[in-house]
Amino acid sequence: MIYAVFAPLLFAIFVPWISKFKDRIHTGTFVFIIPFIIFLYFVQFIGSDFNPIRQTVNWIPSLDMNLDFYLDGLSLLFVLLISGIGALVVLYSIFYLHKSEKLGHFYVFLLMFMTAMLGVVLSDNVFVLYAFWELTSISSFLLIGYWNFKERSRYGALKSMLITVFGGLSMLGGFIFLTIITGTTSVQAMIDQVDIILASEFLPLILIFILLGAFTKSAQFPFHIWLPDAMEAPTPVSAYLHSATMVKAGIFLIARFSPIFAGYEGFFIAVSLVGIITLCWGSYMAVRQTDLKGILAFSTISQLGMIMAMLGFGTQAAVFAAVFHILNHATFKGSLFMIAGIIDHETGTRDIRKLGGLLTLMPISFTLALFGTFSMAGVPFPFLNGFYSKELFFDATLGLEGVAWLAEAIPYLAVFGSIFTFVYSMYFLFGVFTGPKHLEQLPKKPHEAPFGMLISPIILVLGVILIGLFADKVNQPFLLHAAQAVNSGVEYHEVKFWHGFNLPLIMSLIVVAVGIILYLTRTKWNGIYNTLPGKLSFNRVYDWIVEKLDQYSTSITKTYMTGSLRTYMSLILGTTLIVTAIYMYITDGFAIDYSNLAEITTLEVAVVITIMIGAVATLYMNNNIAAILVTGIVGYGVSMLFVIYRAPDIALTQLVVETVSIAIFLLCFYHLPKLRKREEPVSTKLSNSFIAIGFGLLITLVGISAHSSNWYSSISEYFLENSYKLGGGDNVVNVILVDFRGLDTLFEITVLGIAALAVLALIKMQKKKGAK
Amino acid sequence: MEILILILSGVLFATAIYNLLQKQLLRIIIGTILLSHGAHLIILTMGKLKTGQPPVLMDGVTEYTDPLPQALILTSIVISFGITGLLLVLAYRTTQENNTDNMEQLRGGSHD
Repeated sequence: MIYAVFAPLLFAIFVPWISKFKDRIHTGTFVFIIPFIIFLYFVQFIGSDFNPIRQTVNWIPSLDMNLDFYLDGLSLLFVLLISGIGALVVLYSIFYLHKSEKLGHFYVFLLMFMTAMLGVVLSDNVFVLYAFWELTSISSFLLIGYWNFKERSRYGALKSMLITVFGGLSMLGGFIFLTIITGTTSVQAMIDQVDIILASEFLPLILIFILLGAFTKSAQFPFHIWLPDAMEAPTPVSAYLHSATMVKAGIFLIARFSPIFAGYEGFFIAVSLVGIITLCWGSYMAVRQTDLKGILAFSTISQLGMIMAMLGFGTQAAVFAAVFHILNHATFKGSLFMIAGIIDHETGTRDIRKLGGLLTLMPISFTLALFGTFSMAGVPFPFLNGFYSKELFFDATLGLEGVAWLAEAIPYLAVFGSIFTFVYSMYFLFGVFTGPKHLEQLPKKPHEAPFGMLISPIILVLGVILIGLFADKVNQPFLLHAAQAVNSGVEYHEVKFWHGFNLPLIMSLIVVAVGIILYLTRTKWNGIYNTLPGKLSFNRVYDWIVEKLDQYSTSITKTYMTGSLRTYMSLILGTTLIVTAIYMYITDGFAIDYSNLAEITTLEVAVVITIMIGAVATLYMNNNIAAILVTGIVGYGVSMLFVIYRAPDIALTQLVVETVSIAIFLLCFYHLPKLRKREEPVSTKLSNSFIAIGFGLLITLVGISAHSSNWYSSISEYFLENSYKLGGGDNVVNVILVDFRGLDTLFEITVLGIAALAVLALIKMQKKKGAK
Repeated sequence: MEILILILSGVLFATAIYNLLQKQLLRIIIGTILLSHGAHLIILTMGKLKTGQPPVLMDGVTEYTDPLPQALILTSIVISFGITGLLLVLAYRTTQENNTDNMEQLRGGSHD
């Protein structure tokens, strides 16, 4: 199984090399083999006696993250969809994409996506599942932005990336919660511990996190907005990713986790409600679109909502219908996208207002579209699979248990959504193929597509018909296992065309009747879209959020990143001041101890006062020389203190350094502009003084407090005792500097050396004036 | 006496920081010098003031002042001297190149 998952990725390595020969043989011809072989490999598992298969390959065993693959009925359904439709899409793309395109890029992205998607549906380990999940987001991003010279493509790619990655990250949060609660990273092992999860107080949070992941990926309301913009991708991509596979990843996730959450009422409410709203909103909005792929995008949204709603119901009938519809939707939606691509390819436009009357020009495409749209609309014919799943859906909406208001509203909403589904299906079909011809408006003269391009939709439409005619042949050996993986209680009921004259059939008839009326009077009520959504479009919300986020983060950054040193200093010092003060206050850190202080003498007080006066005077000096001298007073005063406190070496050093400093000062000051009187607003002066005085006070307090707490005796006894014995010197300070702690001195010398070199460099290496 | 010295270093810090918050390069340099003075005094005070003779071993003396802070301060003085020298030359060159010593005008490119 692991080879099947990683085969596309491995093959992708060779694609750039193969694509060098694209002038002779289309790169897609080679790529086609991969999904086809994977499809054949997985087909062998179909059968009534299928049992789940498990495989493990070590990846990071110490973190319990291994490539655990688990193939059950549900995974098998998805794997077959991914590889089967993948093969058809590659086949279609061979004829769709011209050789002058960057085929290497296209197929690398597509194969990357295929691996990611196979990994998502086969992974049993939540973190591996997450890794593949994000790989689908990334490869989808690359594919949507395939024509990266188009502004709309880049916009759509970014939007889908932002939304799906947002959901993916929240899903990761849910997975982490689940892992912590259950102590395992395996989905199947989590299902075995349902009781622990359901008893957890974090259950609502976990549910929300995981649902966000599923809803964003599967384009559920209100996260559906990325899907219509993703239609900027090449049509094979739309057909593959945005109808059959990636958007079903969310569905898969819900289905996979529904054995865990099904017992929880919040799951029913959230998933059913969001699903049914998505169904209605998507089908309602689809009628408004003028772009063929736009119609199909909203149609996909609404159909996904329908599947999601059925998974939310969670009853046996509903789960079976959901699984059945996953298959059916993949067949007819894939074919419809391909037909939309053919029309685009042959006429040069996808705008339904410019199209019309193509029936006689493109008869094969029309036939295919007819089956596809009628199946999508759920028109009651025995050879259309869409009808069966729609009938099962209606059946499932009836008699639901759970929250009363929701359970009662669902059948009505289902009918409402289905009516609009019918309308947009007819609009799609008849808008393109019947009515007046506007051949002169079309960029190209339309004609039937080459046969190669038609193969894939023909196969898919054959699937529509065959599943319709022989529903049981597919369902019993294949879909039943999938349904049982979601809800182990599902038993097989034969899918029949004629159930007798019962409520679901009446609902279907209502849909068809009202749908026909609405379609025929479409122009009359079209104005309703100006009020709803009107300005309430969720695209506007998205654009607003993105724009405001940009704006606010810029303005926030601009308020404090002013480039002014003073602001940064104030921020740093102010923060230090506040944090330290608060911490001292909270921990009651201030202590004062009057014992063991040295006595105060007049000489010292005189020196201290002199230094203070000198320090304060530096603030008021507006003359260069005076400022230097006042600073010098402080320096010499400090060396006086060193003398008084029995520190001959530092007193000496300080005196020398101070003298040299003043000399350098005088040299530099000679060249520097004159000191100016400070012209600053009072508020600045006030805040400066506040910070300065506050900080000074804090230093004093911290110093006193530190001085008053004697926790350990000093290490100096050791130095005093051993200075002569070990160091051979009487001057303890010097022995420390060159013997006990000689390393400090070495690097202090280095600092001086570097400073000297830097000074030299600054003075010597000057740009010539005017030179660049 | 320790408390008085700590108050002195508080004053040195306060004036240093007020100088640091000014616009003119020179005042900022003066600020850094005052700051290092304040720090040295704190280090000295932490080793207790005046508990004995200078730390040069002599016969018959048992009480010496703490030599370790003195060694630390000595290192620190040299380093701050190096920094001050560099800063001064930097200020000199900055002013020479940009014809201003006002930090507000030395903010670089596009700050609107």
